[in-house]
Amino acid sequence: MKMMSYREAIREAMMEEMARDENVVLIGEDVGCYGGCFTVSSGLIDRFGTRQVIETPVSEEGLVGVAVGAAIMGMRPVVEVMYGDFSTLASDPLLNHAAKTHFMSAGAQSVPLVYRTPMGSGTGAAAQHTQSLETLFTNTPGLHVVFPSTPCDAKGLMKCAIRSNNPVVFLEHKNYGQMGLVPDDEYLIEIGKADIKRIGEDVTIITYGRMLDTVTQAARVLEDDEVSVEIVDLRSLRPLDTRTILDSVIKTKRALIVHEAPLFGGFSGEIAATIASDSKAFSSLMKPVVRLGGREMPIPFNKHLEAAMIPQVEDIVKAATSLFG
Amino acid sequence: MESTSPVAILTLMIRSRTFERKIEQLFRTHKMHGTTHLAIGQEAVHAGVALGIDSSDWIVTTHRCHGHTLAKGSSVEAMIGEFFGDKRGLSKGLGGSMHLIDLKHHNAGSSAVVGSSVALATGMALQLQRSGSDNLVVAFFGDGASNRGVVHESMNMASIWSLPVLFLAEHNEYGMSSSAKKMVSVDSIADRGSSYSIKSESIDGNDVELVLSKVRDAARYIREEKRPFLLETRTYRFSGHSKSDKLLYRSREEEAEWAKKDPIGRYSQILVDRGEITYDQIAEIEQSESENIDTIVASYLEDHQELTLEESMEYVYHDEVSL
Ligand SMILES: Cc1ncc(C[n+]2csc(CCOP(=O)(O)OP(=O)(O)O)c2C)c(N)n1
Repeated sequence: MKMMSYREAIREAMMEEMARDENVVLIGEDVGCYGGCFTVSSGLIDRFGTRQVIETPVSEEGLVGVAVGAAIMGMRPVVEVMYGDFSTLASDPLLNHAAKTHFMSAGAQSVPLVYRTPMGSGTGAAAQHTQSLETLFTNTPGLHVVFPSTPCDAKGLMKCAIRSNNPVVFLEHKNYGQMGLVPDDEYLIEIGKADIKRIGEDVTIITYGRMLDTVTQAARVLEDDEVSVEIVDLRSLRPLDTRTILDSVIKTKRALIVHEAPLFGGFSGEIAATIASDSKAFSSLMKPVVRLGGREMPIPFNKHLEAAMIPQVEDIVKAATSLFG
Repeated sequence: MESTSPVAILTLMIRSRTFERKIEQLFRTHKMHGTTHLAIGQEAVHAGVALGIDSSDWIVTTHRCHGHTLAKGSSVEAMIGEFFGDKRGLSKGLGGSMHLIDLKHHNAGSSAVVGSSVALATGMALQLQRSGSDNLVVAFFGDGASNRGVVHESMNMASIWSLPVLFLAEHNEYGMSSSAKKMVSVDSIADRGSSYSIKSESIDGNDVELVLSKVRDAARYIREEKRPFLLETRTYRFSGHSKSDKLLYRSREEEAEWAKKDPIGRYSQILVDRGEITYDQIAEIEQSESENIDTIVASYLEDHQELTLEESMEYVYHDEVSL
């Protein structure tokens, strides 16, 4: 095993796949010498040149559409869009085209494309650069949606996403410097498999992306209060690993769901419904499912307000504690 | 309208430069949070545009909006407050440095989604036209933004509907690390005008008196002919794109070439040669602008006031009409 950052893990996955298959092509704005907005692609242009690293104008709708077209012809594009917020611009090629091409051609065409973009707050970049828009994609059949939280997951999932013959929305969190252990040998992580990041007995906390970090800190606090927390890190939102969620909830009999996106209409609703619709999980619950998410407002610029917008360690501890007694 | 005496123009540009340098320093010393986009080197465009239109005309700006906002007349206090996330800021600390809005000075704000604001500016012009107003809207956008489809769509709509929009291409050679030479299919964005039957012109954006007179001409044309206009100002972003830019994509020689065309240096020289001002007097202006900003910054550092979460939530929706 070796230590590397979330950023390096994504870069290494792209590098390995680009070296393996010259049809794997990184496409995006400033992905060359600038290394992309968060320097994830630093050095790739030096190694792979402009045949495999294509820098584009500021044309999100166009560049993602172009990547979809190239994918239909056999390219395996990894498209980078600087901020998840600009997914609104890329949503036409992704939702109306990439997601439907295989279906509408009755399987004759496919779109082996990865759409990479970072989501989330904490950067002080204000309301148009900090949203968590995962549900823009999760309600669209034909797309896969993954949101890795650790370097290890990011690398394994990126390699799988690149090899997938379907369009994969690969969401990244912005704690790119976060360090973690990554296996030395090549490995893949299957899309659609959740991971139990912490085994526990008393309560299941289901989360994904950057919130894993906050939830893990909360679990340590709860452990001091002798509450044993099991953490289910979804990793994939679509397809969703319902089996792992249900088994954990049946075991602990308590469920808390945490994400950064606003609660109303948030992905936690899908998970709560998954639990409520399973008779065994539902009947095992000691208390109703609790959900925690961002406040119902755009992200303010002010640093303290920005932080207070999203679930904090104390909020999670309090919510988990409310499931007892 | 602000006074357009040469000394007032120079003072405005110096205020803008001083402001940007101060912001740069506050970020470097981690006194400010978030990110910032400085427009050092582009002061002549901002001063020339703001002084060339009427104070009741509107501007719609970009992520790089400090200079536009200052030139249109906003108070340094309210701007700095916004940068500090203070509730005395232009948007009570909710918007931040990329979103400076000041309706009092007819600045409708910016989009940090580059290019998107051009459509909003076009829509503002549509409503001005409908209401019989004589005012126009300036839509600022960069060479990078010029490649967004929405900019092209907006120009087409402004043309077919004859809207009072001044499309103001602020061509500063780069969009982040991307050279316009590589990314924009025409040498001059003004050339794009003819595709939409929009009259256009490309000018030296570092010559403040030229910008001022061309903006006046364009504004007159828009009001009299009732047609949009596209003005490209050629300039250069002296600073990096944002606070983390290492400037690997351009050469120091190129920067030095452009430094010779520094709009403030050039205009200072011209005014001194014309006997309008002396270098000592310019130094005094610099000194006084700098002291003014320092005082404002110091007061915010001393006394910080911010909205509570509950207060900020009040702004998500407008009050509903009572039925
Ligand atoms: C739609 C969109 N894509 C990408 C970005 C990231 N971005 C911020 S500024 C910028 C460059 C814009 O260049 P230009 O329009 O020339 O303005 P300048 O920065 O030179 O003032 C980019 C790509 C963004 N904010 N919005």
